[in-house]
Amino acid sequence: MNIHEYQGKELLREYGVSVPSGKVAYSVEEAVEAAKELGSDVSVVKAQIHAGGRGKAGGVKVAKNLEEVRTYADEILGKTLVTHQTGPEGKEVKRLLIEEGCDIKNEYYVGIVLDRATSRVVMMASEEGGTEIEEVAEETPEKIFREYIDPAVGMQGYQARRLAFNINIPKELVGQAVKFMLGLYKVYVEKDCSIAEINPLVTTGDGKVMALDAKLNFDSNAMYRQKDVMKFRDLEEEDPKEIEASKYDLSYIALDGNIGCMVNGAGLAMATMDIIKHYNGDPANFLDVGGGATAEKVTEAFKIILSDEHVKGIYVNIFGGIMKCDVIAEGVVEATKQVGLEIPLVVRLEGTNVKQGKEILEKSGLNITAADSMADGAQKIVSLVK
Amino acid sequence: MSIFINKDTKVIVQGITGSTGLFHTKQAVEYGTQVVGGVTPGKGGTEVEGIPVFNTVEDAVKETGANASVIYVPPAFAADAIMEAVDAELDLAICITEGIPVLDMLNVKRFMEGKKTRLVGPNCPGVITPEECKIGIMPGYIHKKGHVGVVSRSGTLTYEAVHQLSTNGIGQSTAVGIGGDPVNGTDFIDVLSAFNDDDDTEAVIMIGEIGGTAEEEAAEWIKANMKKPVVGFIGGRTAPPGKRMGHAGAIISGGKGTADEKINTLEKCGVKVADTPAEIGDTLIASLKENDLYDKCLTHKA
Repeated sequence: MNIHEYQGKELLREYGVSVPSGKVAYSVEEAVEAAKELGSDVSVVKAQIHAGGRGKAGGVKVAKNLEEVRTYADEILGKTLVTHQTGPEGKEVKRLLIEEGCDIKNEYYVGIVLDRATSRVVMMASEEGGTEIEEVAEETPEKIFREYIDPAVGMQGYQARRLAFNINIPKELVGQAVKFMLGLYKVYVEKDCSIAEINPLVTTGDGKVMALDAKLNFDSNAMYRQKDVMKFRDLEEEDPKEIEASKYDLSYIALDGNIGCMVNGAGLAMATMDIIKHYNGDPANFLDVGGGATAEKVTEAFKIILSDEHVKGIYVNIFGGIMKCDVIAEGVVEATKQVGLEIPLVVRLEGTNVKQGKEILEKSGLNITAADSMADGAQKIVSLVK
Repeated sequence: MSIFINKDTKVIVQGITGSTGLFHTKQAVEYGTQVVGGVTPGKGGTEVEGIPVFNTVEDAVKETGANASVIYVPPAFAADAIMEAVDAELDLAICITEGIPVLDMLNVKRFMEGKKTRLVGPNCPGVITPEECKIGIMPGYIHKKGHVGVVSRSGTLTYEAVHQLSTNGIGQSTAVGIGGDPVNGTDFIDVLSAFNDDDDTEAVIMIGEIGGTAEEEAAEWIKANMKKPVVGFIGGRTAPPGKRMGHAGAIISGGKGTADEKINTLEKCGVKVADTPAEIGDTLIASLKENDLYDKCLTHKA
C-alpha cells in the first residue's frame, strides 16, 4: 500500500525524524492559507500523487511570496501529471503539500528495503541524493553503502554512524543524521513498511538534517495490525476495479489489453497473460480468483472484468485441484446469465470433475467456446477478438 | 527414494480443527499420509476424524513421535506456529498459510538460525511424494510415482506441469512448492541440491516467476553443481513493473526481478526454459530424450 508524501512526513515526525514544516491543501484558498500560517520567506508547492518523478513533470514549484503560492497552486491542482511512474494516462492532482522552503547545502539518499537474498532489512545510503537509486546503482555502485540489520536487536548506532561517515555527512551533523536513521528504521519496523525512501535527505544552511521527500510503502499483509496507517489510504489513487476486486478477496490488476482473464492461482494467472501475449494477444488484466472460489466470486470476477470497456473477449483458464471444475462451470453459467455476456468467452477447464464441468457448459446453451488446453484456449480467444 | 517426505513420514497438523486444516487433513489421510496428530491450543485431549489433538506441538511430538508438521494457522498467528514447530525440533515444517507479514518472517528466519528444522513455505501448496505421502493442498490424483523432481514458487502452475508429465507417462519423485512469498524457508537451491543427491530423481523441472533473484542464484548453482538435467519456466514475462502479481513476492521493483533477466541467466547456465507454460512437459521430455533418460523416466501408460 502507498501513502502520500505529506502523510509519510506526518509519520516520520511522530518518530522524531525531522522534516520541514508543512500542511496539506485541497484548494487554492487552503494552499494560500497554509503558506500564510507557515510564515516562511519561501514556500514549496508540491503535488501529492502516488508516483515519483513529480518535479520533472512540473508538480513541484518554489514560491517566493503568497501571490506565487496562489499562482502555482492554481496551476498544479487539477492538472494531470505524467511521470515515468504514472503510465501514459498520468494522474490528476487533488491534493497539495505546502511546505516551508529550506536552504539546502547538500543532498543525500537514505532508504530501507527488504533484502530477499539475506532475509534481512537493509539500509542503503549514498551521497548522490536527488538521483534515483537505481541509476546510482547502475553507474556508480561504489557510492552506495549498505547496513544489514539483525532483527533480533534492531539497527545499532554504529551502523548509522558508519553510514553517515561513509556518505560524508559533515562531522558536526553526524549526530543528527544518526538520530534520523535510527528513527527511520523504527518507523519501518513498527509500521510494517516495505519501502522507506528519503530522497533527498538534506543538510541545511542552518545546520539541520531533514527529509525533503519521503516515500513510504507498506506490506499489505500486515495492514490488519496497522489501523493508523490504513487511515492514510487514498482510494482515489487506486484503480476502482482493483478496489472492487479486493472486496471479494479477488486479486485483480488492470492492464492495457483487450482480453479479460480469469484464472485460479497467481502463478497460472501470470502464465496465462504470458501465453496470450505469446499468441499475439493483449491481456486486459491479471485476475486470480483464488483456491476456494465460489459461484458468487466467479460472478463478481466477471462483472469486474466486464466493467473494463476495453475488454473484447474473456478467457477463463482453470486448473481445478481442490476447486472443482463443475463448481466453476456453474459459476461461469450463472455469471453469464446475470451479466448478459455479449462478447466471446473461451473456457479451458482441467482437473477435478472436468467432465461434469464441460457438460454443464455444453448444456447451458450459452455461446461458450470450450478449449482443450491452455495453449488451445489462448489461440482461440486471440483469434476471436481480432 | 524421494526427497523430504516418504511413506514413513509422521505428520502433525497445526490448526487441525480449523475448516481449511480439517478439510486437507481428510484429503491427506485418504491419500495415505500418516497423520498422527493435530495441534489446536485449548482443544488438547479431544479427537477429530479419529486423530488425537494436543495443546502444544511439544506434547504432540512427545506422544506421537511425529517428525513433520503442516501449518494451516491464520496469518496473524502463523509465524508463532512455525517457531513452535522449530522449537519442538521437527525435521520438517510446511507452512501453507498465505498472507504472513514479511517482518514476522524475518524474525522467524532469525529464530531458525542454527536449528535443525527445515521450513517449506509459507504461502505454498506443500510437498508430495506420489503414492506415498501428501502434505499440503495439491490435488493428489494428478501425481504419479516416478523420477522427475518438481520445484516451484507457484501452486496451480505446478499442477499444470505435473499434469503435463503424468498425462505423458512421466511420473514424479517429489514435487515441492517453495511458495510465493519474498522470504521463505526453503529456496530453489535447497531443493535442487536434495534432488541432485536423490538416486531416484533423474531430472528436474524448476518453475519460477518475477521478483527477487532466487532463480538467478539457482541458475549459477546448477551450472556449478547439478549432475542432472534441469528445465525451467518463468511466469510473468508480461507483468508490469511495480505491481504485486498476486503473490507477495511476485513484483518487479527498481527494474530488478524481470522474467527476461531470469530466463537469460537460466539459459546461459544450461537450463532450457519453456517458451510457454503449455510446453513445460514437452521441454522436459525433449531434454530426457537428449540425455538418454526417457525410457527410464517413462513410468506408466500415457
